[in-house]
Amino acid sequence: MAEKTLNMLWLQSGGCGGCTLSMMCAEAPDLLTSFEGAGINLLWHPSISEASGEEFLKLMHAILNDEIHLDILCLEGAVVRGPNRSGRFHMLSGTDMSMMAWIEKLTEKAGYVVAVGTCAAYGGITAGGGNPSDACGLQYEGEQPGGLLPQSFRSGKDLQVINIAGCPTHPNWVTETLGQIALGDFSNESMDSLGRPRSYADQLVHHGCPRNEYYEYKASAEKPSDLGCLMEHMGCVGTQAHADCNTRLWNGEGSCLRGGYACVNCTAPGFEEPGHPFTETPKVAGIPIGLPTDMPKAWFVALGSLAKAATPERLRKNATSDHMKVVPTICDKGKS
Amino acid sequence: MSRRIIGPFNRVEGDLEVQLDIHNGVVAKAWVVSPMYRGFEQMLHGKHPNDAMSYVPRICGICSVAQSVAAAYALSDAQGIKMPPNARHAVNLILANENLSDHLTHFYMFFMPDFARETYKDEPWYSEVAERFTAQKGSAAKAMLSERAQFMHLMGLLAGKWPHSLAIQPGGTSRGVKTEEKIRILSILHQFRVFLENTLFGDSLENIAAISSAKELERWADNHRNSPSDFALFLRISDSLKLDTMGRATDRFMSYGVYPTDRGSLFAQGLWHAGDVSALNSELIKEDISHSWMLNGDEPKHPFNGVTRPDPEMKDGYSWCKAPRLGGEVVEVGALARQVVNGHPLIRDLVTSSGGNVRNRVVARLLELALVVVEMEGWAKAIRPKEPFCHLAAMPDEAEGTGLMEAARGSLGHWLKIEQGRIHNYQIIAPTTWNFSPRDADGTPGPLEQALVGAPIRDGEDTPVSVQHIVRSFDPCMVCTVH
Repeated sequence: MAEKTLNMLWLQSGGCGGCTLSMMCAEAPDLLTSFEGAGINLLWHPSISEASGEEFLKLMHAILNDEIHLDILCLEGAVVRGPNRSGRFHMLSGTDMSMMAWIEKLTEKAGYVVAVGTCAAYGGITAGGGNPSDACGLQYEGEQPGGLLPQSFRSGKDLQVINIAGCPTHPNWVTETLGQIALGDFSNESMDSLGRPRSYADQLVHHGCPRNEYYEYKASAEKPSDLGCLMEHMGCVGTQAHADCNTRLWNGEGSCLRGGYACVNCTAPGFEEPGHPFTETPKVAGIPIGLPTDMPKAWFVALGSLAKAATPERLRKNATSDHMKVVPTICDKGKS
Repeated sequence: MSRRIIGPFNRVEGDLEVQLDIHNGVVAKAWVVSPMYRGFEQMLHGKHPNDAMSYVPRICGICSVAQSVAAAYALSDAQGIKMPPNARHAVNLILANENLSDHLTHFYMFFMPDFARETYKDEPWYSEVAERFTAQKGSAAKAMLSERAQFMHLMGLLAGKWPHSLAIQPGGTSRGVKTEEKIRILSILHQFRVFLENTLFGDSLENIAAISSAKELERWADNHRNSPSDFALFLRISDSLKLDTMGRATDRFMSYGVYPTDRGSLFAQGLWHAGDVSALNSELIKEDISHSWMLNGDEPKHPFNGVTRPDPEMKDGYSWCKAPRLGGEVVEVGALARQVVNGHPLIRDLVTSSGGNVRNRVVARLLELALVVVEMEGWAKAIRPKEPFCHLAAMPDEAEGTGLMEAARGSLGHWLKIEQGRIHNYQIIAPTTWNFSPRDADGTPGPLEQALVGAPIRDGEDTPVSVQHIVRSFDPCMVCTVH
């Protein structure tokens, strides 16, 4: 058990609640035990707490009146500003105040402000398709700094908003970030240039992708369920996406790639509007537009065409099948 | 008469407000307010049809797969294709994984903690319930969360992750299953079965599924009074608080049917009213927006012609939710509706004797846990690893498609029109859109609004506990409701 406890309040606005539901898949330990161990005292969470209605509103007022200290404020879901910046697309129930206004007031009280999920961080899917609800992130609007809160905002502990981006977030991204906060180990240096915890955002989804051999030889899938690499045709941007999904698996043994579908870079601002259908790779002259991070384009094209020419029969055949048709050859040691 | 505004309701997945007129200590009238609008139907306009598969699961983090399945059905309907048998089994498994996890989450995290409130401290069952179900601290939720997380390894295996998977596609699933993976699936299911049998029921799933009348249920509850069984504990509470007299709505129940098999849907499509089941005509579904914050058209519209134009200034509006009606009638959806339509003898008997109410809704949900796990074992065994999981077909430039299915919380429908290769109209009616709809043009209240009438208020209550039981008995999902 941790030596001291931190008070945490969790609110939801323009989102789906999926980061909470994902977080409830935390394992070894389960979510509640994980909070206990980290010394996080949940003042209120919409899916977990007993308090409803009046009991909850009393708590909110007590925080605003400095009767209860707020160490960590988590927002899940985007800030809903519409229509016409009135915030009326989400009035907090039981009050005549918009959720946007409540959030703004509470951020002034919090030691740490945490945006859980891409919606709360940058606007996310809620800001997609013309953004009918005028959604934005806490401290970003897409990749532009400044959302509900200005770029200059710093919380009580002198930190910018912590953007645990992801759609949804992996349970451990959240529990481990909160754990680092509780230990006093989290600082501005713990975040990348988009405010994401570097603990997972310094990785690429490509790392540990089980399709790496297909990637190396550009042996590509052509339809869902094919075993090949999803980059050339199926819209995968795992080589550019910042997250550790293939080294820290989901729901025991999964990841998007392991599930047979493209990484859509859901930890990035603006992922909701890729500018092309999500599961089709845009190309110019047959070459995918989005190239792997940190790789010179000419080299990629040269290596790609070389690799394609050298694709082993096994990978070529398996790439467009939903089960392995050709198995790896067993080396005959006598011949080597 | 006093008007009371109650909110926010937590443990309802999203935000919810209820307004009550209270007279002589009971609720006389209720208005249900869905306070948040995001606008997915507007977002989808003009997008490539396949992009619906990336957008719609993100309507809801708890019914994410259900939204995917409805979209995949609507798109495959537009394309005129059918999923191969392997994909049918895999989709059934993924959907059942979500639906059953939701039932479990509802019971342990959302619904039962209300009985551990102080207000019940003098009840004979209080100490036992408080030990197990007090929010955050009770022993039950921690154990359940671990079991649920491990049960959801099925998602990791079959769908990559949960929520917001792209594994479900119009033509099938993106994840083939290997021979040895069938064993993993069966092992996970077995572990889940053990939890249900040892902890939730204290009896075998087969014995629970076989309970066939209200009398038998009573006898079962008596026999399990002293055994470790959260279900039996619930029945004891229900008896003492008379939960079977709370929360009755229209007693008109609808199900779209779900879990396709070789022999039709595992749970049938239909409408149940006054003891009779009739065929469902989905052409009769219309959405009324007379009391919604939506720019009014003249008449209620079928979702193919539905329009979503929000306007908070609408003078008769009090909710972002539209009011779907079937042939002009208010209907209730959910596990209770599904099982009464499908003809489970226990549920038919319970509904015949006491209608839709708090107890019966919960019993139906738990019964489904017993019924569906057994079927999941069969679907896993039926997968043929070397046969296809996905068919590919071109997306037509002009087409219509309908996707009707059952999410944990009830009937979910997607209606799609494609023009010039793009989504021209996409309309969604979610389960809680039905259950928590506002009044229609005739002033007829929605199911919850009817169910709350007569709810007793205890002395000194701000947020009446009976109202909370009734609201949560529907297992509402507010983020789906308005989307």
